[in-house]
Amino acid sequence: MTRSIELRVNGTTHRVEVEDRRLLSDCLRHDLGLRGTRVGCEHGVCGACTVRLDGQAVRSCLLFAVQVEGQEIQTVEGLADPEGPLHPLQEAFHRHGALQCGYCTPGFLLTAAQLLDELRAEPNPEPPSEEEIRVLLAGNLCRCTGYGPIVRAVLEQATCAAGADPTEPSGEDRR
Amino acid sequence: MKPPPLRLLRPASPTEACALLAEAGDAGRALAGGQSLVPLLNLRLAAPEVLVDLNPLTELATLACGTGALRVGAMVRQRTLERDPLVRRRLPALPAALAHVGHLATRNRGTIGGSLAHADPAAELPLVAVALGATVELLGPKGPREVPAAELATGFLSTCLEPGELLVACTFPLLGPTEGAGFAEAAPRAGDFALAAACCRLGLDPEGRVAAATVAVGALGPTVQVVPEAAQVLLGSPPGPARFAEAGALVGASDRLDPPASLHASPPYRRHLARLVVEEALAEAARAAQAARNGSPSREDRREEEHGA
Ligand code: FES
Ligand code: FES
Repeated sequence: MTRSIELRVNGTTHRVEVEDRRLLSDCLRHDLGLRGTRVGCEHGVCGACTVRLDGQAVRSCLLFAVQVEGQEIQTVEGLADPEGPLHPLQEAFHRHGALQCGYCTPGFLLTAAQLLDELRAEPNPEPPSEEEIRVLLAGNLCRCTGYGPIVRAVLEQATCAAGADPTEPSGEDRR
Repeated sequence: MKPPPLRLLRPASPTEACALLAEAGDAGRALAGGQSLVPLLNLRLAAPEVLVDLNPLTELATLACGTGALRVGAMVRQRTLERDPLVRRRLPALPAALAHVGHLATRNRGTIGGSLAHADPAAELPLVAVALGATVELLGPKGPREVPAAELATGFLSTCLEPGELLVACTFPLLGPTEGAGFAEAAPRAGDFALAAACCRLGLDPEGRVAAATVAVGALGPTVQVVPEAAQVLLGSPPGPARFAEAGALVGASDRLDPPASLHASPPYRRHLARLVVEEALAEAARAAQAARNGSPSREDRREEEHGA
């Protein structure tokens, strides 16, 4: 059985015909051609398929496309304006060498983007520690980088988002 | 892999959801956050023909804190509960445990009711619900009923839910003025399934001695286990490391445990971890109880004050 649904992705509304069992990850990739969203394990373990649903990072391989009608979906393609500069997180990943093959990168970016937005929304945000960043990113697997540069890039941007200076070491576990 | 062909139904009310589930019988499953069920579908370990999607039921996503209890609707997301300021103040053991549930992206979607109804023995929420004496509300074709959280799970991934029955809420009693609760877990990495987890509750008498205690552990058998012998040794004396070690040792050696063997941990190693997490959870419970008794702010309150929140 298929149905016609309306999906809002990166600010654009798309109409697609999908089976009820169509995973959001497959709908984004195959029906809408948005292949920035990656599929690694397809059972919720690797985080490669992470997108944001109304601002919340979620596994798109654990959602059915028909469930998210009317909600705002953000994928890596919508992180920065295609005509403008990269998103600060993307820029930091670039600068820190936080990607090699890049397969895991969109998932890391969208997970970290939620943290950055939450820190910016808090009245007096506490800059997160490296340990907290590692815990945050534990749900995303990377086979290439060894995580160090990813943690450094996210820590730097989270520190900025909390209104602190990332070059200033503070807290015992800050390198 | 991809999920098998299925029909996803979107009920307009909890009652309609029950009717749809009853009608579908064995071929139907309720879909909450989907963080456990959808992996099973994708792996083709489950193949229901009908999914009854509870996500549209906003009436199941309410959080209410009364004078003596916190009622959490089944569709409240784990992260919502974890971040709720009132919950952090009144029942800090709950957010402490929730921080161990999966990862940010799974907690954003995963629900309280889904976790309880899935009845994974290594899951944090069923453990906390049992240790804190929570009650779950079920709604079914024969109407509503209430079940103590300790009676919900009947075995590995099995519950007392009847066909067509839906878990609609869980009510946690708030701790008294001289009570504290603590949670501790051992897992290979942040967000992994626990190898051993403990949730303990302590109540103190006016002299500061332990007057009431609950010791419960998870991931050490087919369901959450309460170990009354371990609670017993704590009674009548002030809480302290020696007593906690005694209680931990009793849990580690208890016949009530049936720790599974896994790649990460043999049964004897899990028993060893059981001892450690019980000691840690008891220390946290004692600290919280003493803070409550002295009327001094709990760790959470202090954090909030420090952070100016
Ligand atoms: S593809 Fe979704 S979590 Fe791995
Ligand atoms: S850069 Fe290759 S998997 Fe992370």
